[in-house]
Amino acid sequence: MMSTAVSVPRRVWLTRSRRRAIVGYLWIMPWLVGLVAFKLGPTLAAFALSFTRYDIITTPIWIGLENYVYAATTDPLFWRSLRTTLYYVGVSVPLGIVASLGLSLLLNMGKRGTATYRTFFFLPNLTPVVAGAILWLWIYHPQFGPLNYLLRLMGIPPIGWLGSVEWAVPSLILVAFWYGIGGSRMVIFLAGLQAVPNELYEAAEVDGAGRWARFRYIILPMISPTMFFNLVLAIIVSLRVFEVAFLTTVGSPNYATWFYMLHLYQAAFRDFDMGYASALAWILFMITLALTYVQIKLSKRWVYYEGEERES
Amino acid sequence: MSREQSLADGVATRAAVGAPSARRTSRMLGNLYWYGVVTLAAVFFMGPFLWAVSSSLKVPAELYVFPPTLFPASLQFGNYVRLWGELPFGTFTRNSLIVAFVVTVGQTLSAAGVAYGFARFRFPGRDFLFVVLLSTLMLPQQVTIIPLFLIYKNLGWLDTFLPLTVPHLLGGSAFFIFLIRQFFLTLPRDLDDAAEIDGAGTVMIFWRILLPLSKPVLATSAIFAFLFSWNEFLEPLIYLNDPKLFTLPLGLRYLSVSPELGTEPREHLLMAASVLFSLPPIVIFFSMQRYFIQGVVMSGIKG
Repeated sequence: MMSTAVSVPRRVWLTRSRRRAIVGYLWIMPWLVGLVAFKLGPTLAAFALSFTRYDIITTPIWIGLENYVYAATTDPLFWRSLRTTLYYVGVSVPLGIVASLGLSLLLNMGKRGTATYRTFFFLPNLTPVVAGAILWLWIYHPQFGPLNYLLRLMGIPPIGWLGSVEWAVPSLILVAFWYGIGGSRMVIFLAGLQAVPNELYEAAEVDGAGRWARFRYIILPMISPTMFFNLVLAIIVSLRVFEVAFLTTVGSPNYATWFYMLHLYQAAFRDFDMGYASALAWILFMITLALTYVQIKLSKRWVYYEGEERES
Repeated sequence: MSREQSLADGVATRAAVGAPSARRTSRMLGNLYWYGVVTLAAVFFMGPFLWAVSSSLKVPAELYVFPPTLFPASLQFGNYVRLWGELPFGTFTRNSLIVAFVVTVGQTLSAAGVAYGFARFRFPGRDFLFVVLLSTLMLPQQVTIIPLFLIYKNLGWLDTFLPLTVPHLLGGSAFFIFLIRQFFLTLPRDLDDAAEIDGAGTVMIFWRILLPLSKPVLATSAIFAFLFSWNEFLEPLIYLNDPKLFTLPLGLRYLSVSPELGTEPREHLLMAASVLFSLPPIVIFFSMQRYFIQGVVMSGIKG
């Protein structure tokens, strides 16, 4: 052993599998660099910044938990923006999920023309958010917009939409509804529905199960993993609601649409209060993680995984 | 077909056994009901587009009338021409195309390379790193954007396209790496082994064997890389200040306050710009629908 190791130490060390391992690291190296430079590094930097006061010009000052204390106790818009965002999430996510599921059930009936309708439903999802926001701003125009005109035709008095304190958030929810229910989420539901084995339907039919029973006891359990995925994703995305509000109401009227992300944007890029904005970002991150964790825990009660042999 | 029919007719199928005419009537009713509901939904989804196209072809005076009209008195295609002539829409489009092109090509290739590393090599910590990769999908952009802004500021990258492109040249989003890795795993290992016996190195195997066989998944990730880049709003908003560098999402917002127009009403121009801006994603969707849907579905499959 010793003598051979002395004569050819290198060749023994650099076995084929070791060489393969090194080459493997080289292939994933770009991602590792990107991970450190653009993901992990900045995430930790944001955490450190959140304990400082930093206005970009002067050097950061360590102030401990002051930013977090200020958010929780003094900043009047912190709780308000959080409440507004949770109201938005709480209404738009369940409505959106149910609507997407409904549309995918409609498109899973094998009727002629399904592909065309699927395309129609999907188109809003392809519209860039900015274009959609500008378009809806014009649709909601209180005087010359088509929406109030339609209401008038039905004998309903006009609504202030984005300009009214009560209607501003529901108006933005409607935009999200238009944008999202026929989009990727619906297509993912459709894929889930199409994966339900035919034999289950046939067996249920033999047993005399009605339409509701089939939905409740076959479709729903079978697509529960899809539902779970869509739910988690929808909550994460809606918590970050920003663009449409930024482009239409900018928080108005009277802070009715002042969502959490608007608050963060204002702190970071208007007030250049980078320390406080970093604290806000970390709070949002923690809320997102907590909600996702709760969902994973709850999912054990309602998500049904058929077998465990899924490919990894 | 039998399953779809039975689903559609539901209760009716059982009720109407042995009564063919009643069964046909109920099926027709079911169809009528179905087409009614989906058409109503289609109107909800497509209506805003019609309104946008119609508004984009009107003269300003026609925009501010009550009741609103759906059809313009005469079609003002000049609105579209004006975007390119007196407004900097051409510049915005060029900027968006440059960024989107670099991101699409760079992200797809670099993601494929990283995917190759994860799919075909065994190295210590690989599975852990793959879990890290997937968990970065959970990391919100909002947490990293402030430090990134400060980093780019110190590097002198603000008001350049570098912050919008460079991160995507390093594998970019985990979504693409995951997507391509899953595809590579379905390709038989024998192909690699045979090429290796013939003396091909890993670069050759990647470039000459895996990539050509992976065109569908590469197309899928290229489509999504393009769309994400084309639609991205928050990053250009933060990193770009000079209107000459604006990408279309910023440009559209700029048009809504653009000084070139003074106090002239601009809804018709904004609508024309929105229609043009939305066109590339829609064209891509129609021409590559198969790859597109596949990508969406893949994003819903757990790893």
